[in-house]
Amino acid sequence: MTSVALMLSCVAALLATVVLAAFIARSRLATPAIYSLSLGISAIAFSTGLVQLSSPAADSPALVLPFGLPWLGAHFRLDPLAAFFLVVVNLGGAFASLYGLGYGRHEHAPHRVLPFFPAFLVGMNLVILSDDAFTFLLSWEFMSLASWALVMAHHRDAGNRRAGYIYIVMASFGTLALLLAFGLLAGPDGAYGFAAMRAAQHTPFTTGLVFVLLMLGAGSKAGLVPLHVWLPLAHPAAPSHVSALMSGVMTKVAVYGVIRVLFDLVGTPAWWSSLVVLLIGGGTAVLGILHALMERDLKRMLAYSTIENIGVVFVGLGLALAFKDAGMELAAALAMTAALFQVLNHSFFKSLLFFGAGAVLTQTGERDLEKLGGLIHRMPVTAFAFLVACVAISALPPFNGFASEWLVFQAILQSPDLPQWALTILVPAVGGLLALSAAVAAACFVRAFGIAFLGQPITEASAGASEADRFSLAAMAILAALCLLAGILPGIVIDALSPVTKLLVGGRMPVQTDVPWLSIVPVAESRSSYNGLLVFLFIGFSAWLSATVIHRFASRALRRAPVWDCGFPGIDATMQYTAGSFAQPARRVFGTLVFRARERVDMPPPGALIPARFELEFHDLVWEGLCLPVAGAVGFVAEKLNHLQFLTIRRYLSLVFLALVLLLLVLALWS
Amino acid sequence: MQGPVYFDIAHMLAGGLVLVSMMMLYQDRLYALLNVFALHSLLLTLSVAWQAFIQGAPHLYVTAAIALIFKVVVIPVALHHMIRKLGIHREIETVVGIGATMLAGIGLVALSIVVMLRVTPEADPLTREDLAFALSVLLLGLLIMVTRRNAVSQVVGFMSLENGLVLAAAGAKGMPLVVEISVAFSILIAFIVIGVFLFRIRERFDTVDVRALDDVRGRRRK
Repeated sequence: MTSVALMLSCVAALLATVVLAAFIARSRLATPAIYSLSLGISAIAFSTGLVQLSSPAADSPALVLPFGLPWLGAHFRLDPLAAFFLVVVNLGGAFASLYGLGYGRHEHAPHRVLPFFPAFLVGMNLVILSDDAFTFLLSWEFMSLASWALVMAHHRDAGNRRAGYIYIVMASFGTLALLLAFGLLAGPDGAYGFAAMRAAQHTPFTTGLVFVLLMLGAGSKAGLVPLHVWLPLAHPAAPSHVSALMSGVMTKVAVYGVIRVLFDLVGTPAWWSSLVVLLIGGGTAVLGILHALMERDLKRMLAYSTIENIGVVFVGLGLALAFKDAGMELAAALAMTAALFQVLNHSFFKSLLFFGAGAVLTQTGERDLEKLGGLIHRMPVTAFAFLVACVAISALPPFNGFASEWLVFQAILQSPDLPQWALTILVPAVGGLLALSAAVAAACFVRAFGIAFLGQPITEASAGASEADRFSLAAMAILAALCLLAGILPGIVIDALSPVTKLLVGGRMPVQTDVPWLSIVPVAESRSSYNGLLVFLFIGFSAWLSATVIHRFASRALRRAPVWDCGFPGIDATMQYTAGSFAQPARRVFGTLVFRARERVDMPPPGALIPARFELEFHDLVWEGLCLPVAGAVGFVAEKLNHLQFLTIRRYLSLVFLALVLLLLVLALWS
Repeated sequence: MQGPVYFDIAHMLAGGLVLVSMMMLYQDRLYALLNVFALHSLLLTLSVAWQAFIQGAPHLYVTAAIALIFKVVVIPVALHHMIRKLGIHREIETVVGIGATMLAGIGLVALSIVVMLRVTPEADPLTREDLAFALSVLLLGLLIMVTRRNAVSQVVGFMSLENGLVLAAAGAKGMPLVVEISVAFSILIAFIVIGVFLFRIRERFDTVDVRALDDVRGRRRK
C-alpha cells in the first residue's frame, strides 16, 4: 500500500467517523468514542506523513480515483511539501482530539460539534493531498463549510451568528478568487490537473493575475491584512479545541495553498510578487499584534496573534520568492525553511495557548482578561504550560519560536545581495517591522499571562477555578515539551525540511546534524550560529543557581507581609494592574495613529457626587474603511437590481436578446 | 454532388428565408403576419428539401415534409381559426416603430454574417453561409418576439426562430433524423401550449395583450 493510499484510507476512516458521529451524537459514549477515533486516525496519518517526509527516496506517489469531473478523476499526490503540511495538520488534529476527550465533556451541545470535527480534519487533509484543481477547490470548500458549522456550534449567541455570517461571506469570496485563479492556470483547454499546470507556460499577465487572486483567496483564509476581519470573530467563536485547529492548522492549510501555487504551479511569478508579499506580511504582523495587545478577550487576543504569526510566515515566503527569483538558492532555502519552521512552531504554541484558554474558559466561564487573575494557584499545570507557550510565541530562547524567528532574521540579513534596489531597501524595513512586532508580541503575552494567571482573583469565577482534567493537561504538557524540544534541537527540524526546500526553491540549507554540539549554522560558521541546547542549559543552570543562592542566603523562610499601599488604606484585588492599564502606553503610542483611539476623562468638580468617567474610543480602520463601504456598495447594487425581479416577460426576453447580441458583437470584434 | 448551381440555389433559398423574416418585421396585421409566416415555412421546406437533394440525405425529405404539413398548413390554419374565434384581427401594435425595427433587423443580419464569417474560416463555404443565414433568421425571430405585445405574434416570432434552427440543422451534414423530429414536435407542443394559454388569458382578461399578465403580477407584488 503506497503512502497516498494509506493517507486516503485515513481520510475514509475519518469520513466513517463523521457518519458514526451523526448517528450516535446524542449518546453519552459519543464524545470519548469520536475523539478517540479521531486521535487514532490522526496519529496514523501523522506517522505516514512523517515517514514520507523523512524517507530518503522521496519520490511522489500519486493516485487517481474515479471521482470528481468525469474526464479528470480525482488526483492525489504526496510530495515532500504535502507530507510536511500533513504532519502539521495531523499533529494538530491528534492534539485537538486528545484535548477534546476532556474538554468535550463540558460541551452542552455535543451533537453540534462531534460530526463536524472529523469532517473538518477530512477537509484539511484532502486539500493537501489533492493534485488537481477540482479536488482542491472541493476539499477547500468542504473544509470551510465544516469549520463554519463548528463556528456556529453555539449559535444561540448573537455574536457567534454574526461571526459565522462574516466568515461564510469571506470564505465564499476566497473560494471564488481561488476558482478564478485555477481557471486562469488551467487555460482555455481546461487542464485542471496540477501536473498539466506545472508543465504549461504562463504569460506574465496570467501569472500576475493569478498572484493577485491567490492573495485574495488563500490570503483571506490565512488572515492577511486587510482580509483578516473574519478571523478574530470566527476563531474564538468555535469550541476551544476547534479554535486551536482553526488558528494553528487551518491558516497553515491556506499557507500551503499559497506555497503550492506560487512556488510550484505558476513557474516564475511576476517580479513584483515578492515585494507585495513582503509588504503585506510585515503590515499583517504589526497590525495583528497591535490589535492583540489592545484586546481584552483572551481567545480573540490569541486569534489576533495568529494574524501576526501569519505575517511572519509570509515575510519568510516573500524573502524566499525574492531570493529564488535572484537565483540565490541557499538564501531562498534559508527563508523557506524559516517560514515552514514558523508554520510548525505556530501550530504547536498556538494550539497550546488555545487549549490553555479553553481550560480557563471551562473552569471560570470567562474569556475576559479583566475578570481573570490569580489562576496560577488554582491551575498550576495549565499555568505552566501556558507560560511555556507564551515564552515560545514571544520568540525567547530556548524555545522554538526563537529558532524560527531567528532564521527569518538571518534570511533578512542576506538581502543586501539582492539585485533589485527596491528590495534591498525594503527588506531591512520589513525586518524593522518584524522586530517591532516581536517586541509587541512579548508585551502582549506578558500581559496575557500576567493578568490572567498572576495576581489576585478579581471575580468569584476565577477564585473558584480548579485544575483542568487529565486529557487536557496531557495534551498541553506534550505540546509544551514539543515547544522546548523543537527549540533546543532545531537542527533536526531544519534537516527534515530540506526535501521540501529542494522541491520548492531548488536548494537546501547546509546539513545541520553534522555541526558539533547541536548548533545550527544557517549560512556559514563565520557569520552566525545558534545553539539552543547551550542556551537552555545556561538558563536552567543559572536559574537553579540563583534560586539556590537566594533561598540559602537571603530569604530562607516564606514570609507573608502586607502590600505597601502608598498610604492609601483599604486596598483590594480590583485595584490591581488591569489588562487595559497594561496596554495603555502602547495604545497611546500606536493607538492614536493605527486605531484612532481617543481617551477622555471627565473629572467631576470638587464636592460633586457624580463619579469620574473614563471613556475610550476605538476604531478598526480596516473594518470601517474597507469592509463597511464594500458591504454598503453590495447592498446598494442589490437594492437597485431588485427591480429586475419584477420585469415583464417581454422585458426579460429583451434582456436575453440584448445579451445575445452583445456577446455576438464581442465575438465579431474580438476574434 | 456539388457544383456552383446547387450552391447558388441553396444560397438563394436561405437568403429568401432571411428576406421573408425581414418582411415579417413590418407586418402590422395578424392575418398578413400569418400568411408571411406560412411563406417563411414554405421557403424552409424548399430549402430543406434542396439540402436533402444535394446532400443525398433522404431523411431530410421527412423533415421537409414535417415542415410542410405542420408549419405551412396546420399551424397557420389553426392560428387563423384562433384569431377569428377570438375576434382580434385588428391592427398589431408594435412597440418600436417599423423603421427602427427594420434598421435593427438589418444590423442583426450584418452582425450574424460578420460573426459567422469570422468564426468559421475553415468550414465548408456552403455550410458556413447557410449557418450565417440561419443565425440571421434566429435573431430576427427573437427581434419579432421582443418588439410585439400581442401573444399571437409572439408565437409567430417564436416559430420563425425555430425555422432558423431547422435551417441550421439541415445545413449541417449528418444530423440524425431523431433530432429533427424532436425539433419539429417541440414546436408543435409549444404551439399547443401557447394556444391553450391564449384561450386561458382570453377567458380571464378578455384580451390577448400580454400586458394584462403584467398587471396581474404587478398586483401580486404589492
